[in-house]
Amino acid sequence: MRALLPGLALCLALALPASGPAQPVADPTPLQFQDAAEETRFHALTSELRCVQCQNQSLADSNAQIAQDMRREVLALMRQGRSDAQIKQFLVDRYGEFVLYRPAVHGQTWLLWFGPGLVLLLGAGVLWHVVRRRAAAVPETDTPEPPEQDW
Amino acid sequence: MLPELGQLLLLLALTVAALQALLPLAGAHAGRAPLMAVARPAALAQLLLLAGAFAILTWAFVVQDFSVRYVAANSNSLLPMIYRYSAVWGSHEGSLLLWALVLALWTAAVALCSRSLPQAVVARVLGVMGVVATGFLAFLIFTSNPFERLLPAAVEGRDLNPLLQDPGLIFHPPLLYLGYVGFAVPFAFAIAALLDGRLDARWLRWTRPWTNVAWAFLTLGIALGSWWAYYELGWGGWWFWDPVENASFMPWLVGAALIHSQAVTEKRGSFGGWTLLLAIAAFSLSLLGTFLVRSGVLTSVHAFAADPSRGVFILVFLGLVIGASLLLYALRAGRLQPGAGFRPVSRETLLLVNNLLLASACAMVLLGTLYPLLADALDLGKISVGPPYFGLLFFLLMVPLVALVPFGPLLRWQRDQASAVLAVLLPWLGLAVAAGAAAWLAAPAGGWKSALGVAAALWVGAGTLRFVWARLRNSGRLTLEMWGMALGHLGIAVFLVGALLVEARNVQREVALKPGQALELGEYRFVFQGVEERPGPNYLSDRGQVQVLRKGRELALLHPEKRAYASGGQVMTEAAIRPGLLGDVYVALGEPLGEGAWAVRVHLKPFVRWIWAGALLMALGGLVTAADRRFRRRTEEKTA
Amino acid sequence: MNTPQTHKPQGLPVVAVVIGALFFVGLIGLMGYGVLRSGDANRDVLPSVLIGKPAPEFSLPVLHDPSIQAGSAQLRGAPYLFNVWGSWCAACREEHPVLTRFAESKRVRVVGYNWKDEPADALRWLEQFGNPYFVVLADREGRYALDWGVTGAPETFLVDGAGVIRWKHTGPLTQAVIDAELLPALAQVEQGR
Repeated sequence: MRALLPGLALCLALALPASGPAQPVADPTPLQFQDAAEETRFHALTSELRCVQCQNQSLADSNAQIAQDMRREVLALMRQGRSDAQIKQFLVDRYGEFVLYRPAVHGQTWLLWFGPGLVLLLGAGVLWHVVRRRAAAVPETDTPEPPEQDW
Repeated sequence: MLPELGQLLLLLALTVAALQALLPLAGAHAGRAPLMAVARPAALAQLLLLAGAFAILTWAFVVQDFSVRYVAANSNSLLPMIYRYSAVWGSHEGSLLLWALVLALWTAAVALCSRSLPQAVVARVLGVMGVVATGFLAFLIFTSNPFERLLPAAVEGRDLNPLLQDPGLIFHPPLLYLGYVGFAVPFAFAIAALLDGRLDARWLRWTRPWTNVAWAFLTLGIALGSWWAYYELGWGGWWFWDPVENASFMPWLVGAALIHSQAVTEKRGSFGGWTLLLAIAAFSLSLLGTFLVRSGVLTSVHAFAADPSRGVFILVFLGLVIGASLLLYALRAGRLQPGAGFRPVSRETLLLVNNLLLASACAMVLLGTLYPLLADALDLGKISVGPPYFGLLFFLLMVPLVALVPFGPLLRWQRDQASAVLAVLLPWLGLAVAAGAAAWLAAPAGGWKSALGVAAALWVGAGTLRFVWARLRNSGRLTLEMWGMALGHLGIAVFLVGALLVEARNVQREVALKPGQALELGEYRFVFQGVEERPGPNYLSDRGQVQVLRKGRELALLHPEKRAYASGGQVMTEAAIRPGLLGDVYVALGEPLGEGAWAVRVHLKPFVRWIWAGALLMALGGLVTAADRRFRRRTEEKTA
Repeated sequence: MNTPQTHKPQGLPVVAVVIGALFFVGLIGLMGYGVLRSGDANRDVLPSVLIGKPAPEFSLPVLHDPSIQAGSAQLRGAPYLFNVWGSWCAACREEHPVLTRFAESKRVRVVGYNWKDEPADALRWLEQFGNPYFVVLADREGRYALDWGVTGAPETFLVDGAGVIRWKHTGPLTQAVIDAELLPALAQVEQGR
């Protein structure tokens, strides 16, 4: 009896009018692949593309309407024989570089791609300098430290 | 009535925090003991007040008081009891109260466990933590009051986000905060040391266990979040390099560097300046992460809904705290005594390299996360930075680190002979390479990633075990610190197996199936047996049944679901997973296709559990290290 | 283990302090910019990369008479507004009165691009709410949406007489947007600039 009341509330809450919220025309049938290689390539490619309508989801993961259409288009382009680069360019021409999760490498992303390397180089330089300075304080001898003081 | 009491408690807590900040710091500066003595009781009082406020908010959720705006926004009459508890931290205001409570917990713990430290040190440390608490409580009370009333009271609440109605999400924020916020302890110590003008190895011996425990909790929090995303977000990913994930990963990276740097400073007196800087950086990144998630600066499905006025408040606070810390560091760090020197081939150098790589990785993550915002600010257009960027660069930075891990424990302090250590480790390197090659030949589908995962894991694992074996053979025992190190590094090895192998060898397929039809993937066969409607406490579920067969024999009966929640109509995909040591079988429902047919999606994820097992080992390593006896030795002097 | 110090403690290198300070100020500045922008509802809108480029060539059946095909070729010669909508789109209903009022001014042709809609639903919607469109082209499969860089509905493009896209708005049109952006853009197009 206890379970009835919440159950009833649930049913009432979920009772939708016959017309219901409208949906755009969509075909949710999963895409069919010709072979495993095509499927792998498709997954890899769509993982590198961004859903243009979502808050940070890849084209592979998104369920948004436009994402489904874009996936179909990507598969169609793949079957037309276009390369990954050409497919990416196709989408960039229409949506801009926003659609690439792997940012293009050019003047405006130079800092992004090479910044970390520069930080590493700079840090390595500092490190080398520090090690040299500290090494000067320790004369080179042949006797290593006894193991007990080793930890 | 009670919510008003809650507000009062918050105001009192703010007052106490302000006193805890001002008086002891002034007292330490002027050397006046009565002022310094305020610190401990203030810390304890703050904990009691905040615990009370938190309890009141919890009570409001449990009894479903929809006259409290926050409760009305995050709860619902149909919400199951267990989630009423976790709904307390389900959104911005409540999670901020949790943040403040966790800070009060850490502060009280420091207050209670610091009898062996000089009073001035304790006063400064608690004072700095009081400053942080004051800022957060002010933010809470003035912009994000969880006890704000909604009059007239709502008839029905808006419900807790269905994504959060999940066991994993109950523990994820508290663990994360225990970690994040716990970095306030080494931070406060660093500031105290800079204010005092010197860094005493004894103080470091005191701080190390706290830092290790905080880092362990952060590891657990991140791992739990990753595991939750895996089973809840429907498509089996375990890390997305999402801005909010990155916000928690950056303090983790710097925290890892910090625990290593602290070890060197405690034992050798070296790297004092680096240790202090890392301590400031770790907590600064925690604050930055807290800011990023709540300010609306970044676009992410994870982020709390926020408004610009809140963002400005935290930003100003952040700027003041970090700016003042860095200024203090710039002025005082140069005065620290450098420790003993060391030769290029020594454990010190290796740990410097370790910290450089971790810090560079953190810088990379920060750059990638903020770059879209930077591009927008500089009018360079809308650019996306996603997993292909982060994954590649992180991998490149971690390769040298993983290569060097086994050397660290074996190399001596100050100077050692490279040839000696190489001779010890070379056979294991050979074994690792051979195993990698064998993996490649045995399962070429995995490619080089799979081979590399096996080789790297064996390298790190064997190198670490070699150290353990040598110790046991030579002195018959390992300290807990050494065991902690071994566990942590073994955790890296286990994690490498999981991360690289699942990426290299995971397979998936999505097919339209009618009841009775099956799909094949790998050596598995998935028979779809239809979907039936089942009501849940606050949702209606389409519950599918999929029979999983391997080599003709039934392995499992899985029940993926699609849940429509009553409150907002949101539809959640609940995947069904058959966990396994060597891999998961993962089944999810897609969309209904009419006439009983459904899109069914299956994944095979080899070794995916090893990812979180590795993280668990790392966290365990941190906790075990913290328990070492060296940290429990009473320090001899009481005077500063 | 006490090795002699070969140097006294010195201050931090000035270079390091300067770099650190610059980085810190830059970071806070960037965060400040982010916070100020976070209140802007348009922050996450993806700007069109097709501004200044020719509109995609398209040819679609007319909603009210599918035997007739119309498209970019037929529309060339004079500017037109290309409005993406669907009967399933709640926000389209929001902008409908504003769009209707603008269309009645007969300033520019308003072409409806009926996106991913069942023709019967679309016709019923227009009957119920009114038809502001010069012509409605039905793209049930959504073949051309990608070419226009459409991310959702409603979206509105301004195309000039030569077929070049001159302006795009994502989201429902409001009178404020029309006054502040569309009318000036339209004026430029009409003056041949």
